[in-house]
Amino acid sequence: MEYFIQQLVNGLTLGSIYGMIAIGYTMVYGIIGMINFAHGDIFMLGGFAALIVFLLLTTFMAGVPVVLALLLMMIVGMLTAALWNWTIERVAYRPLRGSFRLAPLITAIGMSIVLSNFIQVTQGPRNKPIPPLVSSVYEILGIAISLKQIVIVVITAILLSVFWYVVNHTPLGRAQRATEQDRKMAALLGVDVDRTISVTFIMGAALAAVAGTMYLMYYGVVVFTDGFAPGVKAFTAAVLGGIGSLPGAVLGGLLIGLIESLWSAYFTIDYKDVATFSILAIVLIFKPSGILGRPEVEKV
Amino acid sequence: MANVASTTASAGSELTARALREAVFAGLITLGLFVLFVGLKTDQNIRNELILTQRWGLLATFIIVAMVGRFLMVAYAQPWLAQRKATKAAAAEVVKEEGFFSRNFSKIAIAALVLYPPVIVALFGVQGSLKWVDNFGIQILIYVMLAWGLNIVVGLAGLLDLGYVAFYAVGAYSYALLSSYFGLSFWVLLPVAGLLAACWGVILGFPVLRLRGDYLAIVTLAFGEIIRLVLINWTEVTKGTFGVSGIAKATLFGIKFDASKDGFAALMGLPISSAYYKIFLFYLALALCMITAFVTIRLRRMPIGRAWEALREDEIACRSLGINTVTTKLTAFATGAMFGGFAGSFFAVRQGFVSPESFVFLESAVILAIVVLGGMGSLTGIAIAAIVMIGGTEILRELTFLKMIFGPNFTPELYRMLIFGLAMVIVMVWKPRGFVGSREPTAFLHKRKAVSGSFTKEGHG
Repeated sequence: MEYFIQQLVNGLTLGSIYGMIAIGYTMVYGIIGMINFAHGDIFMLGGFAALIVFLLLTTFMAGVPVVLALLLMMIVGMLTAALWNWTIERVAYRPLRGSFRLAPLITAIGMSIVLSNFIQVTQGPRNKPIPPLVSSVYEILGIAISLKQIVIVVITAILLSVFWYVVNHTPLGRAQRATEQDRKMAALLGVDVDRTISVTFIMGAALAAVAGTMYLMYYGVVVFTDGFAPGVKAFTAAVLGGIGSLPGAVLGGLLIGLIESLWSAYFTIDYKDVATFSILAIVLIFKPSGILGRPEVEKV
Repeated sequence: MANVASTTASAGSELTARALREAVFAGLITLGLFVLFVGLKTDQNIRNELILTQRWGLLATFIIVAMVGRFLMVAYAQPWLAQRKATKAAAAEVVKEEGFFSRNFSKIAIAALVLYPPVIVALFGVQGSLKWVDNFGIQILIYVMLAWGLNIVVGLAGLLDLGYVAFYAVGAYSYALLSSYFGLSFWVLLPVAGLLAACWGVILGFPVLRLRGDYLAIVTLAFGEIIRLVLINWTEVTKGTFGVSGIAKATLFGIKFDASKDGFAALMGLPISSAYYKIFLFYLALALCMITAFVTIRLRRMPIGRAWEALREDEIACRSLGINTVTTKLTAFATGAMFGGFAGSFFAVRQGFVSPESFVFLESAVILAIVVLGGMGSLTGIAIAAIVMIGGTEILRELTFLKMIFGPNFTPELYRMLIFGLAMVIVMVWKPRGFVGSREPTAFLHKRKAVSGSFTKEGHG
């Protein structure tokens, strides 16, 4: 039983990271209907930005408090990733808006290749390990919960609340929801559609960068290929929860995290990704709109 | 007169001011994008700890290039382009009669391909031809074959498949495993591999029939990854990440291509060289490509091909006209997968070694990119796209003179995929409809008219 709860805790942590990435996918898909394939690599880029900030801090400002260090890593990572995603949207996706549907998908795949290879070329192909940032572990009723797990879950909860507030209770969020429902109508009513879409990309990238920082802190290592597998799993999470739905993305992320850690704990670790992808296929086949998504109505 | 001159002068200075502003802006963006990743590099020191190396000079180069580039773009390139567009619009449209070259393009291309190995051998000698026939010829032909196969699924039937590499893997592993466990020959296993891949096409196609568009894309991606993961983890049969090595070579009517007494070189009285086998493989790949093209062209004229095209244009209309969408989709999946299987078994016989490394998602993405960049549905366009994208990145390996510019540590191979990705983005933004952006309808009333790509929509199935 304790083993089970232990796995639940691990799955929850992993799921929080997936959930944060999944929000970027689901928002972009909701607003312009494209799979932003480069999003996983934005997550990896955020992780690398955090890594470099961490090294800067340890080289030039030794003895900086851990909380401040983490905060700085997160903020710089968010800014960098947001700038990258904004630029990518500007040069690779915006010129193709209104073009046929496969065109932005191809540029997104191209951008994903560009980003991971850019990091490989500039930062080298090897694993980048860092010493543990926070290492204390608490024992609660026989279950080991590390401080970093608590940090990840708490930060995810805070950011998601902020995010939920922005989308549901601010003019910006209203513009986003309007654009999502009907881009042409929103433009007629005075919503700056291009700006809204840009902001969506920026918000998604910022969350992905936080996820990247958490990933770096949790595993203590990052490598240039890290964008792909978490990216695909986060997209799976977004689809599982119902694409376009924010709570769905988080729920999907948590489910994927739980499935992954429980599968590795009770079955074989080799096939954990097979399990995740099989669940994606099964969900899509039997309920294509996902758990919380609205079914697509086909109009002729 | 003076008035006009002063307005153009002020317009000119305004333009320069705007260009300067934009250049500064571009410089700032570049600074933000690259300050962490180019300005600093993470390296490992002797104690395996990460340290930072500073590269501010490189960062400054990046920024200066971006600023100058943006300035020239805004101040000179954009006005020039606008002017050219205006003059082009003013000029009356001249209907050009198709020249001899474009009318007979495919015949000329096939003749050129057939003559390619002898010409290369004549130019570079038998040993020198190895690189050109293998790296450029065979490599590109494999991608042409794969892209033409995927074209049936994506270009003709409009089903977006991101896991095409799965069928390639099935073909390669069926040949590798069946030949090493049962000692069957290539000529027996080529159709078997195609059939097995087609079976997998049906198996994977069946559950995803209900899905459309992006959902289909993501499920096929998942299937592609599942197959790869199974290949990695089912070590008893596939030997996992080590791969299957020592795969038997193909033979020409029983003649082996080796150094033995009854090998090809000895029989023909030629000096022993591995180049003959490569040239043989080149013609084999060419033949397989031709079969793929022939089948595709013939299928497009058959009811099933027309059903595919109807499905691509509008699934609902298709259904209401009584076309069975289930069989239509499944045959598209199976036919596309079969050609993937052929290409896979050819790949295995060419490499003599297969491992899951060769069947990653990136390969699917590359194949799909070739299909889309070639202008979905057009065989010529796809072949051109394959030559440009694969040949172009392959040429990078040859650019040794770059070492003189960037120093001896410069390895162009490292930049191969980076440039490939950039090329994908640039070509797509520049020509969203691909290299050949018009589509010739196979069914027409009085006269065949090319439909401009922008009038058609696809990928809704």
